Amino acid sequence: MGSIFQGAPIPEGPGYSFRETPAVRQAPGPSSAAGERQHGFYPYTDNGGSTLGISGADFAILAGDTRSTSGYNINTRYAPKLYKIGGDAPDTPPIALSVVGFAADGAALAERLDTIVKMYRYQHGKPMGVAACAQRLSHLLYMKRFFPFYVAAILAGLDESGRGALYSYDPVGSYEREQCRAGGAAASLIMPFLDNQVNFKNQNVPGSGQGHALEPRKPYDLPRGTVEELVQDAFTSAVERHIEVGDGLQMMIITRDGIEEVYRDLKKD
Amino acid sequence: MNHFPQAWGRPRDDVYGAYDASYLHDQNGPKAHTQSPIVTGTSVVAMKFKDGVVIATDNLASYGALARFTNVKRLRQFNTRAVLGFGGDVSDMQYLDRLLSSLSIRENYSAYASSADSADATEASAELNAKNLHTYLSKVMYKRRSDFNPLWNAILVAGLDGDGKPFLASADLLGSTFSAPSLATGFGAHLAQPMMRRVVPNEAAVANTTREMAEKAVRDAMKVLFYRDARSMDRYSIAIVSKEGGVEMMEDEQLEGQSWAFADRIRGYGTQVN
Repeated sequence: MGSIFQGAPIPEGPGYSFRETPAVRQAPGPSSAAGERQHGFYPYTDNGGSTLGISGADFAILAGDTRSTSGYNINTRYAPKLYKIGGDAPDTPPIALSVVGFAADGAALAERLDTIVKMYRYQHGKPMGVAACAQRLSHLLYMKRFFPFYVAAILAGLDESGRGALYSYDPVGSYEREQCRAGGAAASLIMPFLDNQVNFKNQNVPGSGQGHALEPRKPYDLPRGTVEELVQDAFTSAVERHIEVGDGLQMMIITRDGIEEVYRDLKKD
Repeated sequence: MNHFPQAWGRPRDDVYGAYDASYLHDQNGPKAHTQSPIVTGTSVVAMKFKDGVVIATDNLASYGALARFTNVKRLRQFNTRAVLGFGGDVSDMQYLDRLLSSLSIRENYSAYASSADSADATEASAELNAKNLHTYLSKVMYKRRSDFNPLWNAILVAGLDGDGKPFLASADLLGSTFSAPSLATGFGAHLAQPMMRRVVPNEAAVANTTREMAEKAVRDAMKVLFYRDARSMDRYSIAIVSKEGGVEMMEDEQLEGQSWAFADRIRGYGTQVN
């Protein structure tokens, strides 16, 4: 056989078996049965619903509707999207999390964060602050960057000076501390309302001048009663215009005394 | 000398022939997990009443449009206070059945359970209740979907929770979970659920619902499903879980009081073709 292996390669020479993958896998034609097979299993679903958070001078409010949907079906009229984080030991700073999107991921995320905050306490002998908790949640989401938790999360608590603290997240862990944020199916309906009513966007001081002399109205810390009304109004309006939102409104009001829970009915149509 | 370093040490195609890819195990892309269910069960329907839960499925396992197995029991009793109803892939149901059997054996050999024999006060709280079982199942389902290897089922867990109150919850192939006074999977979510919601629209209504009312609503729902779900059958299983009666399992029920009077008024419905 040695005689075969002599000299330079033949012009237009022989091929070598570089490619170990069969050629069949290339170029799936339109509607060809052979070729690349697509995964038939999609691991996500959208369970609808909407959430909202607003922070104030000495409190933060998280709210979410309690409807769970799949397509046009209502799974249940009571599936809370709000979770208390870190247990309720006496000196634990109150922290709450809202998750909306894919409910199974949401529940898994809330459970992980809850465990982490509890473990932090057992290991360090002191409760985890809301800023640390917020960053940890960002890491939890980013850890699954390439198979994300399909949720819009909002974390609420009180910061070290006792002010309301609100952090909002995208599914892969980008986060930001904000005054207010709406998430979920009706986010695009609620957020502009919040911009106008909480941050006073597009509002001017009456009679302050013409054109560029117009003075924008300065936002200030809204009192708790006003904020609760805003939340209620935001949801009753969202229910009118979005079919995935409704049934019930759950609110968690985080103050230095702990977490106060409120449930109110929404339209069930 | 061969001037292509990439080729050094490689078998030449003109000597040995092209690489025989058939020796590779999987020629059609990545390792394939379940992409679709094969032998399937249709709806599971269940609703709560004031001291328990009623749950039902028919006894059919379909192979696509073919009514393949007509005596498959899709209700599974876990213990005296939990019954499961399976929809979706039947082989995955049988896997879960084995998984739960081993769980049950482990639980019953544990210290809690053995001490319960003597102390009757702790007997009820020692074994897993329906709520525990649902939590366990939902974790299994969520893990498998996260591995891209789903168990293709929609499961209802019916029974009693730790306080002896009626418990009903769902878990599916995505790991989604939810609970309601009445639940139905598959076609039942469209047809049976509205019927049952008329009886138990909310938790408050559950307290005013008797066992007879719930059983009738579920049996009526099974009838409507048989009328309109092409993958259903008129032999079905129904189970009633309550604190007093434990689990009453009826596995070979015949659908009664059917009315096909409407059929002869519809052209092409019955024996006449046109």
